[in-house]
Amino acid sequence: MENFYTDNPHLKFHLTHPLMARIVKLKESDYSQKDKYDFAPLDYEDAIDSYDKIMEILGEISGEIIAPNAESVDKDGAQLVNNQVKYAPGTQRNHDALVKAGLIGFTLPREYDGLNMPHVPYVMSGEIVSRADAGFANIWGLQDCAETILEFASDELKAEFLPRFNKGATAAMDLTEPDAGSDLQAVQLKATYDTRLHCWLLDGVKRFITNGDADISLVLARSEEGTTDARGLSLFVYDRKDNAVTVRRIENKLGIKGSPTCELVFRRAPAKLIGDTKLGLIKYVMSLMNSARLGVGSQSVGLAEAAYREACKYATEREQFGKAIIKYPAVYEMLTNMKVKIDGMRSLLYETARYVDLYKGYNFVSRERKLEADERQESKHYQKLADMFTPLLKLYSSEGCNQIAYDAIQIFGGTGYMKDFPIERIYRDARITTIYEGTSQLQVVAAIRYVGNGGYLSVMRDRSLLPVKRELEYLKGSLEKMTEQFARTVEKINEYGDNEYFEFHARRLVEMAANILIGYLLLYDANRSDEYALSADIYIRKGRAENVATVSFINNCHPKEVNDYKH
Amino acid sequence: MRFRIIVLAKQVPDTRNVGKDAMKADGTVNRAALPAIFNPEDLHALEQALSIKDKLPYAEVILLTMGPTRAAEIIREAMYRGADQGFLITDRKFAGSDTLATSYALSLAVRKLAPYHLVISGRQAIDGDTAQVGPQTAEKLGIPQITYAEEIRSLDAKKIIVKRRLERGVEVVNSTLPALITVHSSAAPCRQRIGKRLMKFKHARTVTELQNETKDYTELYTERPYLLIEEWSAEDLKADAVSLGLSGSPTKVKKIENVVFQLKESKSLSNSDKDIEKLMQTLIGSHIIG
Repeated sequence: MENFYTDNPHLKFHLTHPLMARIVKLKESDYSQKDKYDFAPLDYEDAIDSYDKIMEILGEISGEIIAPNAESVDKDGAQLVNNQVKYAPGTQRNHDALVKAGLIGFTLPREYDGLNMPHVPYVMSGEIVSRADAGFANIWGLQDCAETILEFASDELKAEFLPRFNKGATAAMDLTEPDAGSDLQAVQLKATYDTRLHCWLLDGVKRFITNGDADISLVLARSEEGTTDARGLSLFVYDRKDNAVTVRRIENKLGIKGSPTCELVFRRAPAKLIGDTKLGLIKYVMSLMNSARLGVGSQSVGLAEAAYREACKYATEREQFGKAIIKYPAVYEMLTNMKVKIDGMRSLLYETARYVDLYKGYNFVSRERKLEADERQESKHYQKLADMFTPLLKLYSSEGCNQIAYDAIQIFGGTGYMKDFPIERIYRDARITTIYEGTSQLQVVAAIRYVGNGGYLSVMRDRSLLPVKRELEYLKGSLEKMTEQFARTVEKINEYGDNEYFEFHARRLVEMAANILIGYLLLYDANRSDEYALSADIYIRKGRAENVATVSFINNCHPKEVNDYKH
Repeated sequence: MRFRIIVLAKQVPDTRNVGKDAMKADGTVNRAALPAIFNPEDLHALEQALSIKDKLPYAEVILLTMGPTRAAEIIREAMYRGADQGFLITDRKFAGSDTLATSYALSLAVRKLAPYHLVISGRQAIDGDTAQVGPQTAEKLGIPQITYAEEIRSLDAKKIIVKRRLERGVEVVNSTLPALITVHSSAAPCRQRIGKRLMKFKHARTVTELQNETKDYTELYTERPYLLIEEWSAEDLKADAVSLGLSGSPTKVKKIENVVFQLKESKSLSNSDKDIEKLMQTLIGSHIIG
């Protein structure tokens, strides 16, 4: 029996992080639901035990059903039949298994038939499913849409839509249009309020919509006639039962073929407004995008884990020149670098998820009662950390999984280039992660703010105040030196007062910050378990060398040299 | 009246992934080295019961197992998947039972659960591989039996139609109810554990298990009586002591041999009559056939 949760002890390590006690207490309103729901936890240990057991079910479905279906799903893809999406047979079986196991509506409150799980186990579910089939993980992960309805829609809409998730309703977020990709402010799909029908009607085209023919779709549309910017956009929910949207085509993609990417035509499609008009992009979609980026983070870690396992297995079995290739330095170094990188990516993933859980937890409590001053401060603190860490996670993990998939194919040699092993699929599936839900370049735009305003620097300095075991002190020393080097470099760039120059180095600066912050995460993982001591050591030493090289490049690059790069 | 389905199941050592330490020096199974699991074909049996319940909402599924305290694990497993309740037949007096003594105890327990409509079990357990317990239980209950079931074609209050998977094909048979059917591994696999049911029933315990718990959730069992798994002893079943355990088990194990197949033991034969004749002589000589 394959189980993608129990065979990977790193997951339980993160599931039982010390901060979980606060997260669960918030999520479970101090364990007050046990009298109302017979499946609600009795206390903290009971909650963690439930999460552990739910992960075991998910790990089993992933290992026994989703992973074995991945090859046929990749081959069959989704089909367009009478302008409707028909999933690959394997995709449908995966979805049915998860519905029957009652796992959809993972984070939704129990009153809406959800499982009321925090984000940490939910993100973990994304990692596990992605390791089995990254394309299918999109269909699983789009239940994020339920969170948006929960947070921002009226009680009436919540009652109408939310209980459908646990019964198996699928979801989509319809944002992109032919002329509005990275720049969502340019969205043109038109929403008009029909006073005779007393409802909103949507008209226009959406493109590149993942799972576009879902049961429940969140649609970004222009409700304010004559506007051209973000303030004219509102968010709507469209119900597939209304049959007013046709799927014009399914894109033929490089990877994630089981996840249908659709072009949609809305013709007087009735829809219901979520929250208030004009807040569609600036508030609701921004929140949805943050969840989606966390989702891509989990997808990237799952893909990286899959690639690493494939490569390790092959390197152990494949012999050349009379011995297994894993015995050669050129190969074992690649494998160890993969492992270290995955430990770092995963630590960043769950740290970010914990921040999201904490601030959302306080938001949730604030609906029941007024927060105390210190709680409000905590909530703000964690929201800021989530905002800072999310783009870093999306950037670092998506780029990381591509590197790992690339190296994994390299280890396979010619065999890896053939369609005979899953590694070529993993490689193709990985490629999208640096592109969708905001490209790496846009993540840098989001992250560079916290380089400029000292946000990352203050997190690094806070981290250095935490104690570590004596045998790990030397790593903390390195990180402190790296921090000061980072601060000096930023300062030096700022001295020129040249925005373009700052932007030119933005990615380099963000990556320097990532090396330090992830170094700290691994250091504290090592402090909690010796299992991570080696990863922390290798990661920090490599990170230091990389940062030194970056600084050397920046120091040798005068603002006027930026012109040399202009095309 | 509810349509009562009783599933007979067994917790077995996982003999599918046998390592070097699977057998003890004396030739008996080293149970400590092998994880205890829900006997695979019993899971197929449970699926048949649950899929009947999907169609007949008034059906109830009761899991019955015999074994030591820890066998309650498979009762919980069944509850996670949809079984309504379970009973554990447990008593030192049952120790050493062969198929005859086991089917005796099971038949008494099934009678205690009368009126019932259907008894379903796996074809055989992976530790003993006898495939005798189901049929013997049916005999003792005096009800018809359908073995090697692959699919229940139809079912009403009085009649069942079953497709059987046989060595060289299939056979469709019908029977009156109550009946006992044993399910083949070619039948539908068992559904997954269901998230909310798992969280609901994970605290289900037998009294003996509760005595060994370190964490005290005593109140829980007064508030939620469905979490108490009933244990039945030989006395509860009003069993005749002589028919139980070792004394009720005519099967005697004479010798256990640890057979390790090695490549050097292979022989190549030509297709001549002479070679075949020689092979037959060897096989008859070593009592493998004949």
